[in-house]
Amino acid sequence: MDTMTWEPSQVLAYLIRRSLTLLPIMLLMSIIVFALIRMVPGDPIDVMYGSEGMDQIRREALTQELGLDQPIFIQYGRWLWRAVRGDLGNSYRAGMPVLRLIGQRLPATLLLSFAALFLSLLIALPLGLLAAVKRNSGADIGAMIFAILGISMPNFWSGILFVLVFAVWLGWLPSIGYVSPFQDFFKSLRHLILPAITLGWSLAGTTTRLARSSLLEELGKDYVRTARGKGLRERTVLLTHALRNALIPTVTMIGLQLGFLLGGTVVVETVFAWPGVGLLVVDSIFARDYPVVQGVVLVIAVLVVAINLLVDVIYTVLDPRIRLG
Amino acid sequence: MTTPPPVPLTDRRPRKGRSLGARLWRNPMARIGMIISAVVVLAAIFGPLLAAYDPVAIKLADRFQGPSRIHLMGADHLGRDIFTRVLYGARISLQVGIVSVALGTLIGLILGALAGYVGGRADTVIMAVMDAIYAFPAILLALVLVAVFKPGLATVMTAIAIVRIPIFARTVRASVLAEREKEYVAASRSVGQREVLLLAKHILPNIMAPLIVVTTTYFATAIVVEASLSFLGLGVPPPAASWGTMLNDGRKFMESAPHTVIFPGIAISLTVLGFNLLGDGLRDVLDPRLKNLL
Repeated sequence: MDTMTWEPSQVLAYLIRRSLTLLPIMLLMSIIVFALIRMVPGDPIDVMYGSEGMDQIRREALTQELGLDQPIFIQYGRWLWRAVRGDLGNSYRAGMPVLRLIGQRLPATLLLSFAALFLSLLIALPLGLLAAVKRNSGADIGAMIFAILGISMPNFWSGILFVLVFAVWLGWLPSIGYVSPFQDFFKSLRHLILPAITLGWSLAGTTTRLARSSLLEELGKDYVRTARGKGLRERTVLLTHALRNALIPTVTMIGLQLGFLLGGTVVVETVFAWPGVGLLVVDSIFARDYPVVQGVVLVIAVLVVAINLLVDVIYTVLDPRIRLG
Repeated sequence: MTTPPPVPLTDRRPRKGRSLGARLWRNPMARIGMIISAVVVLAAIFGPLLAAYDPVAIKLADRFQGPSRIHLMGADHLGRDIFTRVLYGARISLQVGIVSVALGTLIGLILGALAGYVGGRADTVIMAVMDAIYAFPAILLALVLVAVFKPGLATVMTAIAIVRIPIFARTVRASVLAEREKEYVAASRSVGQREVLLLAKHILPNIMAPLIVVTTTYFATAIVVEASLSFLGLGVPPPAASWGTMLNDGRKFMESAPHTVIFPGIAISLTVLGFNLLGDGLRDVLDPRLKNLL
């Protein structure tokens, strides 16, 4: 297949085309989110407004306003129309619009997720490379033990262990809490390290294994033998030929893992009292603040789909073997 | 939704002459996995015989006692024996793993087979719903499902099954699609074999290998999700001895009584490690091409 570069307009057209194919999935996802909260036992007004004891007139007014006297598909349509315009209802615990509440909490979650992703790559790529090059050596076995432990240790357990060792016993780092990087950068960094390592380790485990197996696969191919045969230095063969190709499946998988990462924040934020959307959803579940639960699930799901779409587009544009179909 | 393409994998049944168990045993990592998994299963079955205490009996005089000959792993904040609770916790974890994976597999099998075999509009609709469910982070969806319905073991198991159905459905669909084009299917059809029987008798046995690999891998995931939900206080309700609940209880006291978190944590990690290694071993033996996908 011939190689070519893409005009920005082509990329945009592809992006729009791909987004349109995602529309039915997004619609189905919104139905799931809408249905989930409707399945909560009790009067929807009580569920959405925490309004036990509300007077009858106000209750009837709300019923009409929300269209609760209408057929369920009309209720869904109204809800979706409001959601599309950014109206996800109000948190009756915080007394503010859900979207604004999520907006306040999202930066902390994104900071944690990207720090975890960065750390995992920083560790996993060199480790995977080392393991593949020194196959069956002590380094390889060590890397694989690191990887399988990362995959097998649940986040909340490794988090607790890190707190126990680095905060309680050694006293090197704070055990819980969050400081905004704009407020005090170094203090923020100290608070970020343990949660980011906790979240990043499991991702690093998967990535190390994938980087190793992809590189081993590439090293066994003919073009690597040709490169070696024409006298290229091993370093060049490895870094400029094999590694580049091995990175394609690895990077794709990392993109797909971002959803897992956002899900993982629910647990890690709870362990470290990290005030992101993960902790928000857990707190809201206990407070039965369902508009917030619904809003967070919807926002995270849309975020995951958007990130996957972005990864897919970047991957397609970067890999010259793939045509923008 | 972009998800890793499921690879149709069939005809990967073990070679004749050497049993699956023997081939697994030759792989050192799988061997470790088999041993750990066997220990966990035995602990779950014979736990009540090995335990010297009642897992929920409160004995405040023994609060926070460290590991000793009386309490092998120490006692928790209510004076309950941690070793006993770890043994009983294995029962909950395995129960969750078995029931949720079986339920997810069964529903995934039916939906995936239907989508792959019938094709057309049914395929489009089923797989779109699967993609929509798959787009939610599993732990988040399970958490909300548990929160919406009545908390308890049954809800936890159902929630974990639901979030995993798409993976089973995809695996089965991909394999059925590959299998239905083969000559033996055409041959069976030409001699008048009924479609349902054809699917049940010929195609399903041939897609068992990838299914076994996926179920083992997600068995470990199911255990982690249950422990995570219980850790968040939304899983198996107390006083049941779920490992996640034990960690949630213990972390409030971990500075003064670290043994309350260390032993349940080791139990979860070892169990998940065991089933992960076993899953990896099974994959290498049954289905090497899944290596980069699971």
